Amino acid sequence: MAKVLVVTSGKGGVGKTTTTAALGAALAQRGDKVVVVDFDVGLRNLDLVMGAERRVVFDLINVVQGVAKLPQALIKDKRLENLWLLPASQTRDKDALTEEGVGKVIADLRSRFDWVICDSPAGIERGASMAMRFADEAVIVTNPEVSSVRDSDRIIGMLDSKTVRAEKGERVEKHILITRYDPSRAARGEMLTIDDILEILATPLLGIIPESQDVLKASNVGTPVTLSNADGAPARAYMDAAKRLCGENVTMHVPAERRGLMDRLLRRRAA
Amino acid sequence: MSMGLLRLLRGNKASAPVARERLQILLAHERGMRGQPDLLGVLREEILAVVSKHVTLDPTKVIVRLERGDEVSTLEVDIEVPNDFERKKAAVA
Repeated sequence: MAKVLVVTSGKGGVGKTTTTAALGAALAQRGDKVVVVDFDVGLRNLDLVMGAERRVVFDLINVVQGVAKLPQALIKDKRLENLWLLPASQTRDKDALTEEGVGKVIADLRSRFDWVICDSPAGIERGASMAMRFADEAVIVTNPEVSSVRDSDRIIGMLDSKTVRAEKGERVEKHILITRYDPSRAARGEMLTIDDILEILATPLLGIIPESQDVLKASNVGTPVTLSNADGAPARAYMDAAKRLCGENVTMHVPAERRGLMDRLLRRRAA
Repeated sequence: MSMGLLRLLRGNKASAPVARERLQILLAHERGMRGQPDLLGVLREEILAVVSKHVTLDPTKVIVRLERGDEVSTLEVDIEVPNDFERKKAAVA
């Protein structure tokens, strides 16, 4: 049965689009049929991160307004057989996202795919509320930092009240994905710990993505990080997260600090 | 232990516990407010209604502010009243 998953955060720049691309690719690599949908009308970027920016003809709003049929707007990934993209409009107004129109498109996507992954824009305005409106599950992307955690809490409140599921008295299954985790800063006590974040947000953990050059490199070349450097730490963390989304029980790997020479010397002296 | 000493050698204090505590206090408050009507908005409307029964005033010159303190909070109501309001009142009557 198809699942609609929203990737959301409230705060901007925490890694929603990177996560959408990486989880989409990871699920497709596992053999599921996946579509990633960009809801960031006016500021689309999922096409760029997926390396499909030059192949966009029609977009989500064209489909919502009936200008284009859904199959015309879907862009097939060049690397993965099972992965598709529905881009956002770059020019139109976000008010064009009507609840009725979006609902129809999501229902149509449900009938064609195993996973419909909605990349939410930042903020709590129309684009963000439409991205989460029809979700069955949510990945809340959170950085270990106060403003991100606060915004995640606000988004959790919206998921519990403003979604179709919530209004029917059902639950949207929520997962926290911690991104840009820096083990050395955590060790120095400069960063909220994983336990702090989970306790404050009272939501289960889907995975921990370490801060890494791999992520920037992947977006530079327009390839989801699970494909661009499959052996790297972020790719493995995203693959594990995808397995957990599919209900597999995978041991959580907390990124460990790679110690420099000075740290090691100091540590020995201190011990 | 060694981590603490390491911190001592570098001379900086862990800031994460402060972040955690600030967040816990803030979110406890924000969660309580969720779904509640906007208290300040309601207060402003009602104060405005009462005062304007007796005084002609400009609704945009009414400021209601709530400052939260550890022990007590203060509610500040700042209403700008034009100097000639009594004359206007008299003219109406």
